[in-house]
Amino acid sequence: MPSKQEILDLQFIDARHMLINLAAFLDRVDRHHGGDDYRLEALKAALPILLSDRSDRAKVVLESFSDLSTDLPQTAPFQGASGATRPTTTPHS
Amino acid sequence: MRYIEPHAHMVSRTTDDYEKLALAGCEALCEPAFWAGFDRSSADGFYDYFRQLTDYEPKRAAKYGIQHYSWLCINPKEADDPGFAREVMSIIPQFLDCPTVLGIGEIGLNKNTRNELAIFEEHVQLALDRDLPILIHTPHLEDKLKGTHLILDSLASFSKLDRNKVIIDHVEEHTISHVLDAGYWAGMTLYPESKCTPSRAIDMLEIYGTDRLWMNSACDWGHSDPLAVPRCALEMKRRNHSAEQIDQVVYKNPLKFLSQSARFMPGSPKT
Ligand SMILES: [Zn+2]
Repeated sequence: MPSKQEILDLQFIDARHMLINLAAFLDRVDRHHGGDDYRLEALKAALPILLSDRSDRAKVVLESFSDLSTDLPQTAPFQGASGATRPTTTPHS
Repeated sequence: MRYIEPHAHMVSRTTDDYEKLALAGCEALCEPAFWAGFDRSSADGFYDYFRQLTDYEPKRAAKYGIQHYSWLCINPKEADDPGFAREVMSIIPQFLDCPTVLGIGEIGLNKNTRNELAIFEEHVQLALDRDLPILIHTPHLEDKLKGTHLILDSLASFSKLDRNKVIIDHVEEHTISHVLDAGYWAGMTLYPESKCTPSRAIDMLEIYGTDRLWMNSACDWGHSDPLAVPRCALEMKRRNHSAEQIDQVVYKNPLKFLSQSARFMPGSPKT
């Protein structure tokens, strides 16, 4: 297994690139007109997970984007998936 | 390097892609029946699709020395119309005796509906009746966690099911342990944006070990990479995984699972 140093040597630039892209994405959304969006809220809600000390951040981020409802519709009310749970299917909302 | 691509939608790919797979060391590939990106207008559309999977694609692959196998079903997206789905399911048995058909798949859920679940369970029963392996698709993005739980709950109700003969595909960090802990095989799909990247797949291999895990490109009509598996093998090498460990994941594991069908015999000409 590689050391921490070796993983950083391999992937730090890529991680830095992804973080700057995310920062620029948030700036870009802010600069453009329009209202609130559940996807942006979901993205911002996931950000503090990155700063936690836990060892399963990827799992918890994925869970934070997941539909946690328990109801089963007979047929799909809409098709496609957007990556974050639409407010109508969020429990307790 | 030798490898098996256990999940690729070659009907969506060009012949050049077959050449690239061959050059990268692909010895055999498996193509599950899936949603074509649009809904078919009749069951006849599926009849022709199954002919393409069982007759045309094996011949196209053979030109590049690659064995082509398939899995048959109606996909979960179109299974939300149960009347139509049962019409399609009625034509599946006539293809199940084709020499390159391995089992039932990729069945599963799409938007986690009762209709999809009913058709999923009818497919599982068909596989049990025929003693066939099962390949399961889990839903996309925000629907994956709920769909995985629904699938696992449903499978638990089939007391005669051999869990070693079931692979649950497209797992990610939030679903992999649920699948492996329940005794099933798990597939990691390497996509450029959604599902799983090579780096994350290797993380999961390091955390969960290499038992009952495979990797696939699932290359299809969307943003995907037919060479994702060999690219991930290269990334494993960069992360100090040995040649034996890489061979285990990209060759021996799919070989072990797929050989549960007597028809899967890499190395022997099929067409
Ligand atoms: Zn697929």
